[in-house]
Amino acid sequence: MKLSFSTKVFAMVLSAGLVAGCSSTGENMEDEAYGSDVQAIGGDDGSTVYGGDDGDGVSSGVLSDEERQAAREQAEQQALRDITTFYFDFDTSEIKQEARDVLVAHARYLADNPRQQVRLEGHADDRGTKEYNLALGERRANAIQRFLIVNGASRGQMETVSYGEEKPAVRGTSDSARAQNRRVELIFQ
Amino acid sequence: MTQKTSCHKTTVKMLLTGWLAAMMLSAGNASAELLIRITEGANSAIPVSVVPFAESGAMPPGDKVSSIVQGDLTMSGEFRTLEPSKMLSLPSKGSDVYFRDWRMLGQRYVLVGELTRSGDRVQARYELFDVNQEKRILGETAAAGVGSVRTLAHHISDRIYEAITGEPGVFSTKLAYVTVSGEGDQMRYRLQVSDVDGKRAKIRLESREPILSPAWSPDGKKLAYVSFETGKPAIYVHELSSGQRDKVADFSGLNSAPAWSEDGKSLLMTLSRDGNAEIYQMDLASRKTTKLTNHWAIDTEPAWGYANKGIYFTSDRSGGPQIYFMERPGAEPRRITFGSRYNARPRPDNKGEYVYYVHQRDRAFHIARTNLKTGDESIITRTESDESPSVSPNGRLLIYATGQNGSSVLTVVSADGGAAYSLPAADGDVREPAWGPITR
Repeated sequence: MKLSFSTKVFAMVLSAGLVAGCSSTGENMEDEAYGSDVQAIGGDDGSTVYGGDDGDGVSSGVLSDEERQAAREQAEQQALRDITTFYFDFDTSEIKQEARDVLVAHARYLADNPRQQVRLEGHADDRGTKEYNLALGERRANAIQRFLIVNGASRGQMETVSYGEEKPAVRGTSDSARAQNRRVELIFQ
Repeated sequence: MTQKTSCHKTTVKMLLTGWLAAMMLSAGNASAELLIRITEGANSAIPVSVVPFAESGAMPPGDKVSSIVQGDLTMSGEFRTLEPSKMLSLPSKGSDVYFRDWRMLGQRYVLVGELTRSGDRVQARYELFDVNQEKRILGETAAAGVGSVRTLAHHISDRIYEAITGEPGVFSTKLAYVTVSGEGDQMRYRLQVSDVDGKRAKIRLESREPILSPAWSPDGKKLAYVSFETGKPAIYVHELSSGQRDKVADFSGLNSAPAWSEDGKSLLMTLSRDGNAEIYQMDLASRKTTKLTNHWAIDTEPAWGYANKGIYFTSDRSGGPQIYFMERPGAEPRRITFGSRYNARPRPDNKGEYVYYVHQRDRAFHIARTNLKTGDESIITRTESDESPSVSPNGRLLIYATGQNGSSVLTVVSADGGAAYSLPAADGDVREPAWGPITR
């Protein structure tokens, strides 16, 4: 898991922003496309390319600013929600900082769609004992469930199950395989 | 050491082989036997000669009784057997045993015997001699159906083991374990029961979903285990002779880690129906459960101590998983292990002397044991990703699962770690061994 989680999220937001920008105005792609923490790349005036949040300098299009904003946010949320697997350190059930925005997006979606059901599957890597890992997988799934509830989802929308170390995402005993196996998967139904 | 000079008759009971798995089964492939491989012997092994038995009448094809006995004794790690080709004579009666010859070969004990076919039964008459004392220490007969010569052979091995060591042998006991093969949709979990040498394996349950934690009832007639066949873990009790299964625990959350009480009337188990993994005791007749632990931490992997005195379990209440002991159900648990940050899945022996468990040392997971009187801990395995220790019912051997070249195999070691043999599955992984009780 050396390709960091935040890099992936960022890449997705980036591409989603690109799509939203195209569909709304068909121009100002640069403004839309770059996240705020991206530095300018050799613009002829040497200026910083700003993030797309404020809509500064956008020419008028079919959609109003508010609509564009909403569409973009929706696309961003959608992009965040493309991520449905959350990883953990060995023998912990602590949700990683970089997973929080994604989980908030899932929680909002669940709150907005009360009929949507989701199954939370908790897993552990192969180290340690099977029964302890079964309990650890459950604790991870419960941690995600609590986070989603705190952020607006309701308990009735979720069921949790732990597979412990029984269903690895990746076979093998390398550090990278193990990191990918210590996880909770959200399965929307 | 017992000394017997009279022949007494012993009947070997036929094992019930009727079974019916509740799930789909491929009967044709029902005997996926494990291959035995002896990896090292103990230096202290006692030299024993098993002389090939004389035969009168037609014997069933397959392994000879005396070679099965020889394999059993070698497998125990406590004996070193002499190859028949190195023997100076091949007696089958006590009157033909010349102690001087066997002493010259450095042998401590000699087993001789003969097999007689009568109808559909095979009778064995066998005698064990102590070479130093020039004395017969065992003389017996035993019989079994022609289809059960392995049962007969394991019985003889048990008698010899007991005559020499004073402890009951475990060669007639059974192993339960889970094999896993295939990938994706073809993945199959199979709960199997075999002899302790891996032979006569029979599939008892086959599923596309995980099966784990098989546990033998004290009478050896039932297995409790966890199966995910409904998509979530539930505990089943499975009667081996009939194949009848009862789903005994299917609460919301975890239903796992079943462990029998000595009287076979109740199961310890881990449930998380109140939101957190706790240990419960279920009375099997009434299905009434009693909660034994109450802590925000994970409490799991319970096991009754020797003579049903107290319960060992894993808890991470101190931060990481450690072994705890609860003197009586509900009493304040006492921590047993301190030597490393990860100690889990306790399995006490049958004498109240040791508790065995999975122990992390640096990056490796070994099986370790703690002496319950002194508190001293020792690591007894040299392999590095070890799981699921199960102690033989005489306390002399330990079976566990270990990773080897990317797959999982079963390994048996003497309880002090001296000798070892492994039982790799012919295909795929084999894991979760549970050593059955002595049932005579």
